[in-house]
Amino acid sequence: MPMTLAEKILARAAGRDSVKAGEFVVADVDLALVHDIFAARVFDTLRKVGFDKVWDPDKVAVVIDHMVPAPTAEAADVHHRIREHVKRLGIGTFYDSGEGICHQLLPEQGHVRPGMLIVGTDSHTTTYGALAAAGTGIGTSEMVYAMATGRLWFRVPETLRYEFSGALQRGVSWKDVILHLAGTFGSDGAQYRSMEFGGPGVATADVSSRLTVSNMALEMGAKFGLFAADEITAEYLGEADTSWAPDPGAAYEAVHQIDLSTLPPQVALPHDVGNVTAVSDAAGIVIHQAFIGSCTNGRIEDLRAAAAVLAGHKVAPGVRLVVAPASRSVLLKAIEEGVAETLVQAGASILAPGCGPCFGGHGGLLGPGERCIGTHNRNFIGRMGSAEAEIYLASPETVAASAIAGTITDPREIQR
Amino acid sequence: MSENMIRGRVWRFGDDISTDLLSPGQFALDPLEVRMRHVLESINPSFAQDVKPGDVVVAGANFGCGSSRETAAENLKALGVACVAAGSLSRIFMRNAIAVGLPILICPGIGDAFAEGDPIEIDLAAGTATNTATGTTCTGEALPEEMRRILAAGGILEVLRLDGGTRPG
Repeated sequence: MPMTLAEKILARAAGRDSVKAGEFVVADVDLALVHDIFAARVFDTLRKVGFDKVWDPDKVAVVIDHMVPAPTAEAADVHHRIREHVKRLGIGTFYDSGEGICHQLLPEQGHVRPGMLIVGTDSHTTTYGALAAAGTGIGTSEMVYAMATGRLWFRVPETLRYEFSGALQRGVSWKDVILHLAGTFGSDGAQYRSMEFGGPGVATADVSSRLTVSNMALEMGAKFGLFAADEITAEYLGEADTSWAPDPGAAYEAVHQIDLSTLPPQVALPHDVGNVTAVSDAAGIVIHQAFIGSCTNGRIEDLRAAAAVLAGHKVAPGVRLVVAPASRSVLLKAIEEGVAETLVQAGASILAPGCGPCFGGHGGLLGPGERCIGTHNRNFIGRMGSAEAEIYLASPETVAASAIAGTITDPREIQR
Repeated sequence: MSENMIRGRVWRFGDDISTDLLSPGQFALDPLEVRMRHVLESINPSFAQDVKPGDVVVAGANFGCGSSRETAAENLKALGVACVAAGSLSRIFMRNAIAVGLPILICPGIGDAFAEGDPIEIDLAAGTATNTATGTTCTGEALPEEMRRILAAGGILEVLRLDGGTRPG
């Protein structure tokens, strides 16, 4: 029976020839990710329920990324406890404070391969769908179960297929594409579904772009956000496995056609990721902070795109530009290429690689009445500090252009 | 009263109640006693103080959207919320609620059937919610057996204790 990509991966992980949407399966987990908000809690609980070890230390990744460098003594203590757990349990993959964001490091450092089933205590674990891996977020109790047994229950999701044609206009990026989808179908438009991205247009999306799209599939409620493995995936991974693709004739709940060439730059307005409009419709809204970073858009490609807009310009008076590279290697590349210099010359503050501002922990929070436009993935009330602040989401190009103007601005209007 | 029946008083919320509202990031590392005092404070500052054990949260679509943070479900349970009944639930929140033993009901349109403070009767096995003041019944989805089994055990860690990790969960 023909299967969608989600069905194929879950069938393989469940040791079955085939599965279909709606079934419950118990599947083996290929990789389990925990980060510093939840790692200590997971490992403490694991011990409390009587397990002194994880099922397979080589299939566990621990990343300290949300509170780096530790902003409080309490956070530093949590990090200390995590390091002790990692040592005690013999965990194979550990990225300590300052290495970067989990969803950047795992693909970047080669831990993600097509066909894998990956669970993480972070909702944006859907990011790995960019490399044809079924990644999805779970809570801490479920992670304890997975750490103890290597297994977890899954409901095989229905799949929504998105077929792209054409190519993006200059100044428009794949961040605009996923914002457009959230705006068109709503922030629950893919609730508990697998999103499958395909069609001839995906050949124009590099892995960085795909990581952005799969990352924000979660913002439409998706369980997975999958691209098939193709030549672009193979080149990124340095291997030729392009076998992880949906079967012809697979059953979809719906198939949507999107012509990339018609899309202008997009922005999500407060306080819903699905509250999306063209940047030109929001032009002129005054901003106080611009943020470039996060697991959505903190890669070197994003920093380059922002620097290309910012080069030769200064950030508007009264605007803070905060940049958080997604990993140490991204920061190093930005330094080597002169991208970091361009950003700092324009007025940026560069933070240590990590998640701080995006999840509202530290490193650029907002006061009452302030507005921030950022490249991150969420604009919920209270997300970045004050509940009376407003968050707008856009591409690195749009955020850079807005930082220069001091108001929300279409990047195509900024002249070099 | 069977374990499938819940009777309580309604706290009414709209669409897209996020995990940032249910478990604000600034308190992510705080102990449960602190976290539970900040539940929904950005949109209803009196909720965490005035909610009573047995009360029911009724909401619109996409309840629990956002982060993996299980604390969103755990905080509600700690406040004594007996059930979350919503038009739709985010996938991660739904899994987390089951994992911590917080009953849930998905009932499209339920937001329109209740006002703040209304008496509610929920039958989890039948998947219904009745407004006992108006007599209106909203029929939703009965939970699949796999989910009810975990709920009945008191959460997935209880299942793990029972299984000892030796049997599939």
